Formats: sequence, C-alpha cells, structure tokens
Amino acid sequence: MDTTTVNSNFKSEEYFINMGPQHPATHGVLRLLLTIDGEIIKKVEPDLGYIHRSIEKMCERDSYQQIVHLTDRMDYLSSHINNEAVCLTVENALELEVPERVKVIRTIIGELTRIASHCLWWGVMGMDVGALTTYFYGFRDREMVNDIFEETCGARLTMNYNIPGGLMYDIHPNFIQRTKDFVAHFKTKIPEYDKLLTGNVIFQKRMKGVGILSKEDAISFGASGPVGRGSGYSCDVRKHHPYSALNKVTFNESLKTAGDSLARYEVRIMEMWESLSIIEQLIDNIPEGDYKVTTKAVIKLPKGEYYQKVEAARGELGVYVISTGTKNPYRLKFRSPGFSNISLLNHIAVGGKIGDLVASMATLDIVVPDIDR
Amino acid sequence: MSYFSNIYNGIKSLLTGMGVTGKVFLNARKGTITQQYPENRETLKMFDRFRGEVVMPHDKENEHRCTGCQKCEIACPNGSIEIVWDRVVNPETGKKKKEIDKFVYHLGLCTMCSLCIEACPTDAIVWAQNYENSVYDRSYLTKVLNQPESKLMDGVED
Repeated sequence: MDTTTVNSNFKSEEYFINMGPQHPATHGVLRLLLTIDGEIIKKVEPDLGYIHRSIEKMCERDSYQQIVHLTDRMDYLSSHINNEAVCLTVENALELEVPERVKVIRTIIGELTRIASHCLWWGVMGMDVGALTTYFYGFRDREMVNDIFEETCGARLTMNYNIPGGLMYDIHPNFIQRTKDFVAHFKTKIPEYDKLLTGNVIFQKRMKGVGILSKEDAISFGASGPVGRGSGYSCDVRKHHPYSALNKVTFNESLKTAGDSLARYEVRIMEMWESLSIIEQLIDNIPEGDYKVTTKAVIKLPKGEYYQKVEAARGELGVYVISTGTKNPYRLKFRSPGFSNISLLNHIAVGGKIGDLVASMATLDIVVPDIDR
Repeated sequence: MSYFSNIYNGIKSLLTGMGVTGKVFLNARKGTITQQYPENRETLKMFDRFRGEVVMPHDKENEHRCTGCQKCEIACPNGSIEIVWDRVVNPETGKKKKEIDKFVYHLGLCTMCSLCIEACPTDAIVWAQNYENSVYDRSYLTKVLNQPESKLMDGVED
C-alpha cells in the first residue's frame, strides 16, 4: 500500500473555469475562459458574440441618416462621438462644409460625453477594486451631464443628435448656463476623486505595477485611447488628426509612461481636466449661424471608399465606408477601440491573480456592445 | 522605521478618504440629485424635448394634420410606423385625395431616434413626454395614433 505524503495531496494542477457571460466584473455579457493554477492566471481567452446585433450588416440596409442612430448602440457611453464619426464620414464624402456653430457644439457635447463616460468608468473602477462609494459619486456627477443632454438632445444616453449636415435641433437656451454650472461643479469634484480613491493606500497597492503593458506591445496590439497613452504611446486622434473645432483649442495630450493599471487610471483623470479646459475655451465663443445645412432627402455618396477616425472615450473609432453610388453603403466597417483593447487582456493578465484580472480589466474600460457590435 | 511610517501613511490616506465621505454625509441635503420617484409623479416634469413616445395631436373638432404622405414611414429605420391609407373623392372639388385610415405606431419597435418627426412636413406627429411606457401585454404597445372619426385639418398640405 502506498503511503501518500501531505505534499502530494496538494499537488499543483491547472484547471479551467468560466468567468461570465453574466459576471458583474465583466461589465456586460463577456465570457472569459480562464486557465488557472490555484489563483495564478495562466491564460485568458475572451469569448465574444453574446451581444452581437450585426450592426454593420444592418447599416448596409439603411440610408445614411438611419445609420447614425445605430451607432448610439455600439459604445453607448460615447454615443455622441460615434454619431459624429458617421456624420463626418458622410460630410467628407459629399464635400459638405458644415457651419462653424455646428463644429463647436459638436466638440462641446463630445467632450461632455467623454467626461460622463469617464465618470461612470471611475465609479465602476472603484467598485471593481472594492470601493462602493465611488460608484455613487461618479453617477452623481454624471447625472448633471445627462440632464444637459436630455434638455438639448431629448435623450440621456442614445441621443442621435447629429445628422449628416449638422445637428437635429439648435441647442436649448439653457445649454450654455447649465454647462458652465457643470464645469464649475466638476472642478471641485475631481480633487475629491483624487482624495477618495487615487491617494488611497489600498487602491495604490492594487494598481501599481499590475497589468503592465509596454509601449511596443501597446502599438503592436493596436491599443488606442487611454490604454495606449498609459503606456506612453502618443495616439490621441484629437491631437494628431483634429476634427470639428478641435484645431481651435489648445490642450495637452495626457501621457504616462509606466504602462501599469495606475498609469491608465491617471491618464483618464487627466483627460477629465483636459476636457473641462476644452469646454471652457469653447463655451463662451459659440458662433452664431445655422445649426445645419440642408442635404438632399436621399443621400447618395459618390462611388469610392471613405475613412474617418475620431477619438471616442475609449480610443480610436474608425468608420470605413465603401460606396457604390447608391443610397446605402456597400460595406461599412467600424474599427472599434474596445475590440483592439480586449485583445491585449491575455497579455497583461497572465501571471497575475484573479483579483488583478478584474482590476486591469476595469482599467481597459470595456463596453461589451462596442466590442461585439 | 518604515513599518511605522507605512501604518501612519495608511491611516492618513484612509482618513482623507473618510473626510470626503463625511463631508458629503453632513451636507446630504445640499445638492441632492436623487428623486423620490414613485412619490413625485405629480410634480415630476420632463424636459420639453424629452422623447417619450410619438403622438398625433388633435384639436377640438377632432382634426389632425396628417396628410398621409408616408415620409415618416420611409424615414423610420425599423418599421415602427405603418400608415393605412386610401384615396377618397372630395365632394366639393371632385378630386381624389390621399387620406389616412389608420396611423399605426409600434412603440415596442421604436428606438426614439426622432427621424420621423424631423421628416414630417406638416408637424402632424410630435413627441409626448410620457415616461411610463410599460404595459402588461406586448399587443398594447401597438397604437393607432389618429382618433376614430378624425379628419384632416383644413388647409394642411404637404
């Protein structure tokens, strides 16, 4: 009879578990196939497709005005910026010059969207590492932005405020005052965010040196947005290829070189300051003029291929249209930031613990409908 | 020594965070953004542009402004609007004219994109500011917007 020692009873063995699709830390219906040894992660395999709605295929059926509202449903936290991307593509293809007023309003609302998105991310980020209070504070400040959107655009999240050629309606008379109130309010709140979470010793220990992504890897994985900039990869589309009114404002690109979770966190906090400064530069100087140029009822793009990229809250969103001269696009492809960013999850999570996986996934700021479309 | 300084720094950072939450706790009444929702139904007013559902306003004589041009039906991305129409002979002029029989609106399909209302040349349909749209059965979400026996308002042409 064999005599088993205590040590051989507890031998190390790799095993496999599912995380998701219904898991609160995956921020939606994302399934992760984890190969783990004890609590050490050996492999992470994201399994996509649980919320696939074939938006790209539906775009081939719709007219160019109708496509805009579908992009609300991709990255719903930066819906205005998604709308803007499609509208800019169509306007560039038609060689349509939109009024200055439209450009400025689009930029202001785009930056407000970015702040609202980062507020939600900050709240959920705190909750993922165990700080429930941040969730309420983030949503409290986001509520003011949502009210601005509701008054001007008519909806809080899926706004569909842009149309090819301009805006659906003019801004509400209260818009400027409300935005100024929000900027003044939010300037007192970001230092609170820093006091509450950034400086917290537990948070620092969870973030520093975890999920490291080097600059070379960020470039080769196609990372964009705050994920790329946290690794020192200068990839801000607003800086390198300015669109709308962004060439009129001065702002700094938020860059950190550490490449860990804390760097990605700090980049987003810095971006909120930069967005506030962009809004402040533009809000007093909204030019007078029309809020749209009238287009034909049936928009037909000239035959050819068109590409436009914008900086959404999560990174670079590209819209690639192939037109054969009809009223529908022949093919429409969205280059979504979330899809590229999730591809590096395996790279940054291997070797860490499951808790670190949740934390680094939160700093990637995943929105699953954006990944799946 | 670093052992004690770690403890000191840890407690300090926790107290800084608790200072923030304490301040919010003491000023809980100031700057409240939450609403006591089911209780404040009488006073809760949505913004003018809020997209609740599509409605067709009628005046006192039960007249609407819809000419049946179907521009909203074409503009709608997902078939939420169906217009049943017919050509009716006008007894005064003797000309045949389009007239709507039923303006069917599927609230369950609607994505509130506002393209139909932008497309309408006669402002026949507008947004209502309803915010409680849930019903017990899916069939209640299909609505006929023009009231029974209603007519086209005089002088409205597309």
